[in-house]
Amino acid sequence: MEALIEKLKEQIIKQLNLEDITPADINEEDSLFGEGLGLDSIDALELIVLLEKEYGIRIENPKDGQKIFFSIKTMAEFIQEHQKK
Amino acid sequence: MAVRFVSSNIISSLGFSTEENFQNLLHGKVGIQTIDDPLLYPTPFLAACIHQAELEERWNETNQKVVIATRLEKMLILSITEALSKTKIDISSSRTAILLSTTKGNIDLLNPIESIDPERLLLWKLGEFIGHYFGNPNPVRVVTNACISGVLAINIAAMMLKGESFDHIIVVGGDLVTRFVVSGFMSFLSLSETPCKPFDRDRDGLSLGEAAGTLILEKTSFPEKGDILFAGGATANDANHISGPSRTAEGSVIAIQIALNESGIAAQNIDHINAHGTATRYTDDMESIAIQRLGLSGSPVNSYKGSWGHTLGAAGIIETAALIESMKADTILPTAGFHSPGTTENLIVTKETLFKSLNTCLKLASGFGGCNAALVLNKK
Amino acid sequence: MTPQITAFCHIKKNQVFLNGKRIFSAGPEVDMREFVKAAFRNTGTKYPKFFKMDDYSKLGFLAAEVLMKEVDESTIEAESTGIVLSNNHSTLTTDQLFQDSIQSDEAFFPSPSVFVYTLPNIMAGEIAIRHHLTGENAFFVSSAFDPDWLTFYINQLFESKKISACLSGWVEMDDQSLEAFVYYVEEGNDQRDVSMQHTVEELNNLYIINDK
Repeated sequence: MEALIEKLKEQIIKQLNLEDITPADINEEDSLFGEGLGLDSIDALELIVLLEKEYGIRIENPKDGQKIFFSIKTMAEFIQEHQKK
Repeated sequence: MAVRFVSSNIISSLGFSTEENFQNLLHGKVGIQTIDDPLLYPTPFLAACIHQAELEERWNETNQKVVIATRLEKMLILSITEALSKTKIDISSSRTAILLSTTKGNIDLLNPIESIDPERLLLWKLGEFIGHYFGNPNPVRVVTNACISGVLAINIAAMMLKGESFDHIIVVGGDLVTRFVVSGFMSFLSLSETPCKPFDRDRDGLSLGEAAGTLILEKTSFPEKGDILFAGGATANDANHISGPSRTAEGSVIAIQIALNESGIAAQNIDHINAHGTATRYTDDMESIAIQRLGLSGSPVNSYKGSWGHTLGAAGIIETAALIESMKADTILPTAGFHSPGTTENLIVTKETLFKSLNTCLKLASGFGGCNAALVLNKK
Repeated sequence: MTPQITAFCHIKKNQVFLNGKRIFSAGPEVDMREFVKAAFRNTGTKYPKFFKMDDYSKLGFLAAEVLMKEVDESTIEAESTGIVLSNNHSTLTTDQLFQDSIQSDEAFFPSPSVFVYTLPNIMAGEIAIRHHLTGENAFFVSSAFDPDWLTFYINQLFESKKISACLSGWVEMDDQSLEAFVYYVEEGNDQRDVSMQHTVEELNNLYIINDK
């Protein structure tokens, strides 16, 4: 789980062009949207692409995104549950 | 000195002339269909595409010079040719200029096509190609400003006619349904799985369309009764978000206000509004807010996108052309796809044809990048 | 009265010039994209969103950032300040990037954050958000920087009182190089420097002022 969380942090930083941010800056329980990393609606769409590209997971209902993408931790848990790759 | 619209053409999923398109819109025809073409997108999707065989046939009839053109160029050239044929305007005159509106132009050339110069990916080169085809000596101005390009181009054409150099401006616009554009909108989750429903309570996204359209504007000191005139136009930015509209419709309100000021016409005298009406949840809501904020809620509203889909760089042109025909016939067209109201602010959206004296109308558009445009048309 | 240019910024060959004076540069061996990021950091502005933009928006945003530091914020009237930009390639290098993400059927991952930037007017949107400018917008594509057209169009906007100020210019990039020439123009005023009038001749002069 730890390894997945670290990998996820790096992938998110890269996919979302979060310059000047390192994995150490991201707390796995912080909210990704709003206060935490301050991601926006386009970032949310990119996270959907990231899940498919890196983990082969398709989100059927984008509205589930809010729960799945709440934090790195919730993302990691979701991936572990659904991973195909 | 006035600026009047003297001719138009529309090439779309609903026909190859303004007349044919208008008749189809009148009868609520929907050009949006399921497209099952893995070259365009891995899974079937909905879009309103131009009848390919008919396009080729008409092109072969018209293209006496046997020029090799891209699909978009054929559409643009055919459109200008047909609009011109209804007038006595000399397109090779230095007093005539061409203005092109497009968002992605020949974007399909990202996969090179044999015997087509790949440089025609450049929008100014596309414009130059069109200008040369018709032997027009002036630079073809190219406007590319997301989905407001068409309305913006009309505003610019009117401005060009207010100067000394030109008597006629041929405004042409076009965009294609391509893998590039379909994939992009799909990645935004903004495409509906059914033909789009502008302003409807159950709307869930837009449908793409392709089209080419031409409007010919003329400068005149003596407008005649019945002429449809350019009365005012403006654009404005929400300064809020690059892919979603302002929730308070800031930019749209500013654009409409400035256009109305220029026209000297008060909001309560607007007989009808043809909105942008893409059928996305946010943009339709935004337009309803703009309309309400300006005291325009009493004007019947429609959108043509339930029939034509969203034709991007062509939208402002073909939709204004249809609005002009509407005004000439004192007939507000129905909004295909609309059944029950469902926007933040109430709108009177036409479900059926509505006969009404149309002397002053408003055309709206909005686009990615927070841009908004408004155009006021007046009947002499 | 002829509108007047308040300030101008020229970015080319890994150099940033403000009002004709070089204010930042990087060696010619530095990648042009890295240069743009470095130049932005050099402005001192903290704006994380900058790094999410594509190359065209980054360039336009950088030029506007440098330029707008010369403008007294209290004099800006948002609704009547326009943004009118132009270039040759539209967003072609970004288009290619998006195309790469959809080219193959096997690795088909269209990126929304790339797609949104495949429209050149997005840079105007980013500039509008940053500096809160809500006036007239237009983006033109031409083979070269066209002072004839820009002065005609913008001066007409001033004349019809649709704008009282405008951020305008050329923001261009292809695979080999990039260039931005942007300027801020305001209503004519007796107090201002007459040599910076918004005319074709003057714009051309300013455009070549740093040519070597």
